[in-house]
Amino acid sequence: MDITLDLIVFIVLALFITVNAILAVTTKRILRAATYLLFVLFGTAGIYFQLNYSFLGAVQLLVYAGGITVLYVFSILLTSSEGDQAEKLNKGKFAAGLIATLTALGLCLFITLRHDFLPSHFEHGELSVRTIGHALMSGEKFGFVLPFEVISVLLLACIVGGILIARKR
Amino acid sequence: MIQMEFYLVVSTIMMFVGIYGFLTRRNLLAMLISVELILNSVDINFAVFNRFLFPGELEGFFFSLFAIGISAAETAVAIAIIINIYRNMKNIQVKNLRDMKW
Amino acid sequence: MDYTVLILLLPFLSFILLGLLGTKLKPVVAGVAGTAVTGIVAVLCYATAWMYFSAGRDASGVFPQVIAWNSEWLPFGGNLHIDLGFMLDPISVMMLVVISTVSLMVHIYSFGYMKGERGFQRYYAFLSLFTMSMLGLVVATNIFQMYIFWELVGVSSYLLIGFYYTRKEAIAASKKAFIVTRFADLGFLVGILIYGFYTGSFSFTPDSAVMGAARTMLPLALGLMFIGGAGKSAMFPLHIWLPDAMEGPTPVSALIHAATMVVAGVYLVARMFPLFIGYAPEVLHITAYVGAFTALYAAVVACVQSDIKRVLAFSTISQIGFMIVALGVCTSADPHEGGLGYMASMFHLFTHAMFKALLFLGAGCIIHAVHSNEMSAMGGLRKYMPVTHVTFLVACLAIAGIWPLSGFFSKDEILAACFRFSPVMGGIMTFIAGLTAFYMFRLYYCIFWGKENKELHAEHTPHEAPKSMTFPLMFLAVVTLVAGFIPFGHFVSSDGRAYDIHIDSDVAALSLCIAVAGILIATWMYLREDRKVADSLATKFSGLHKAAYHRFYIDEIYQFITHRIIFACISTPIAWFDRHVVDGFMNMLATVTQKSSWGIRQMQSGYIQRYCIWFLGGALGLVVLLLVI
Repeated sequence: MDITLDLIVFIVLALFITVNAILAVTTKRILRAATYLLFVLFGTAGIYFQLNYSFLGAVQLLVYAGGITVLYVFSILLTSSEGDQAEKLNKGKFAAGLIATLTALGLCLFITLRHDFLPSHFEHGELSVRTIGHALMSGEKFGFVLPFEVISVLLLACIVGGILIARKR
Repeated sequence: MIQMEFYLVVSTIMMFVGIYGFLTRRNLLAMLISVELILNSVDINFAVFNRFLFPGELEGFFFSLFAIGISAAETAVAIAIIINIYRNMKNIQVKNLRDMKW
Repeated sequence: MDYTVLILLLPFLSFILLGLLGTKLKPVVAGVAGTAVTGIVAVLCYATAWMYFSAGRDASGVFPQVIAWNSEWLPFGGNLHIDLGFMLDPISVMMLVVISTVSLMVHIYSFGYMKGERGFQRYYAFLSLFTMSMLGLVVATNIFQMYIFWELVGVSSYLLIGFYYTRKEAIAASKKAFIVTRFADLGFLVGILIYGFYTGSFSFTPDSAVMGAARTMLPLALGLMFIGGAGKSAMFPLHIWLPDAMEGPTPVSALIHAATMVVAGVYLVARMFPLFIGYAPEVLHITAYVGAFTALYAAVVACVQSDIKRVLAFSTISQIGFMIVALGVCTSADPHEGGLGYMASMFHLFTHAMFKALLFLGAGCIIHAVHSNEMSAMGGLRKYMPVTHVTFLVACLAIAGIWPLSGFFSKDEILAACFRFSPVMGGIMTFIAGLTAFYMFRLYYCIFWGKENKELHAEHTPHEAPKSMTFPLMFLAVVTLVAGFIPFGHFVSSDGRAYDIHIDSDVAALSLCIAVAGILIATWMYLREDRKVADSLATKFSGLHKAAYHRFYIDEIYQFITHRIIFACISTPIAWFDRHVVDGFMNMLATVTQKSSWGIRQMQSGYIQRYCIWFLGGALGLVVLLLVI
């Protein structure tokens, strides 16, 4: 396996994602966790770009990195208090979580690497926005208008619900 | 040429890091962040499977797309709830949420 | 004769009514209601007796057994069933008359005696319950019904002894009475069960065919039944409860512990008499020896007691001993051949009930007047209480056996029966009869003559009791005077045929002489104020005197046996076993359940993260499972 630029980029992205993900769940300060999450989301977007799914990457950046993270930061600032970083976990539970996770991780990796997937081939080529738009709006076979509409209703419901819940009584 | 398994390894690690965070953090927001990690890893998997195994189709792609949308909605609602809890209890530590058990 | 059901039903209704509404009613109303009911019952009993005896004898010259009504209550299959019914035969009718008369007198008497007491209504309710159960006992058609009412009698006795439930002695006495009689009743029950098992019936008179098969077991069954009777009738060594039972109100002592309940044992033996005489005469003779010993023991103890109710209690024990002896010395069912004792016993039961009730009621008047049970608080009371004095004297003469009072006739028949059985037995019983005369007149002189307790009487002058209390005394005194002339043998005899009582002149002369001798000795010792002779005798035989005063330490022996032997050596290890092994096992089950449920509860902690770990574990398990397969 020769080292290509692609591979280098991938390795960088993979390391970036892994390190930031681990930092996001281990850091004591919640605001830093949110920041590391943002970096992970960036890395994920990078992966999408690398897969030639530019639209998906753009959406990832827009919605996740741009929208959700800002939401997080705001809510953290709204709810943060002195006790937040002082949370202490007793060692037993910590060990239980760690062991369970590591075991499961090992098992999953083992299965993933052992599994015989369909013959895979990477096809370069950008997915054009026109194709995406047509598929999204098409009601025929391989058309996604129904989930699209359902999602839009869901989002509406979430807006209403969010307002209702967070509204001052 | 990057093997598909490489991506899968990255997403698996990310997923279990998320699970680990979900199990060990006691702050509701931190737990929510962990959930985001899990969701992201799954999104990656969908995109990867679509690109490598079924290049002509769009299901995986759209699944990722919708998942992003739904996770945005879920986060919004969850944060609304958390803020509400904070308003009632001045705290968002899980161990203090036992009032709702009974 | 369907109306006889009222004899049981009325007192029962009265008990329910007074028991439930007691506190709502005024004491006077409750008392009048209870007394009126008892009066009606008494009238019904007299009517029943009149109709029964006037109906005449059947072809074989006996009064037939009449079952007024009967209903099968609890069938066990085969011939074995428990009935509830109402049986009339000479002795049950005689008992009906005795019980209703004494009960009515006690009801009237209690008006005065219990006046102003707390729980007056409750007292009358219990009296009604007792009357009902005692009447039910005597008219039982089968041995099991008898047992049921027998226990009811025990319960009401317990309730009445413990009537003054605020007093420690009364509580202890009521428990003692209940436990001792209950212990004896265990023997009765076992006897009944053996009897029922082997004869296949609870009837008093089973077929002779089945009796043949059960012949070997019958003596055992009858002996066990006699133990029950001995408990109720306070035979040695189960007599210990009766002296203590004097803690109850005095009218109760008159009704229950002198006239009716304590003779239940005698009645039981009389009821089973055909079986005893037919299948277990040797057991019958054992009862005679037990009775004789009891009579002697109680008479000796009665000579030195200082509490007047205790004296009367021991005198009761002694007289019941007489009745048991009279039954026990029977050798055949024919009164001319050796069955005289049966009639004598029933006769004595009848007369004794009257004069002993009279004695107790008189003692009640005295206690009412001086507020004490002790002889030392009395003396010289004849001036203050003339009616009580005269009636008490009548009763004392009757129990001593002086002609022409009722006690003379019945006791004479008993002595005659004893002499017919064996001269030794007759001699002993005659001696006890003399003792009886002695201690009764000691009691009489100490109360009404002798040295007056002047300080006490000055402080609180004794006075004659009210009319409601003296009327029963006079009534019973009249009965005592004339009862001896009732041709009792015409009504009750061992084979049912009429029997003419004829005074055996030798025996009568002997018993009369010894009674007079006893009275004279008592007069000599106690009439005068100084009592030199009595005191010098007491110091001379101080050991005997002390032992008799402490009732020959029977209670202490019981105490020793129960506490040191049974409690310490048997009960304590059993209690330990129960507490640590049996309870421990149950506790272990509970603890394990609790611990495990606690453990399971930990899984339902409500912490989503913990659920998540379980979920993860489960998913992992599934994955491993799939991999392995």
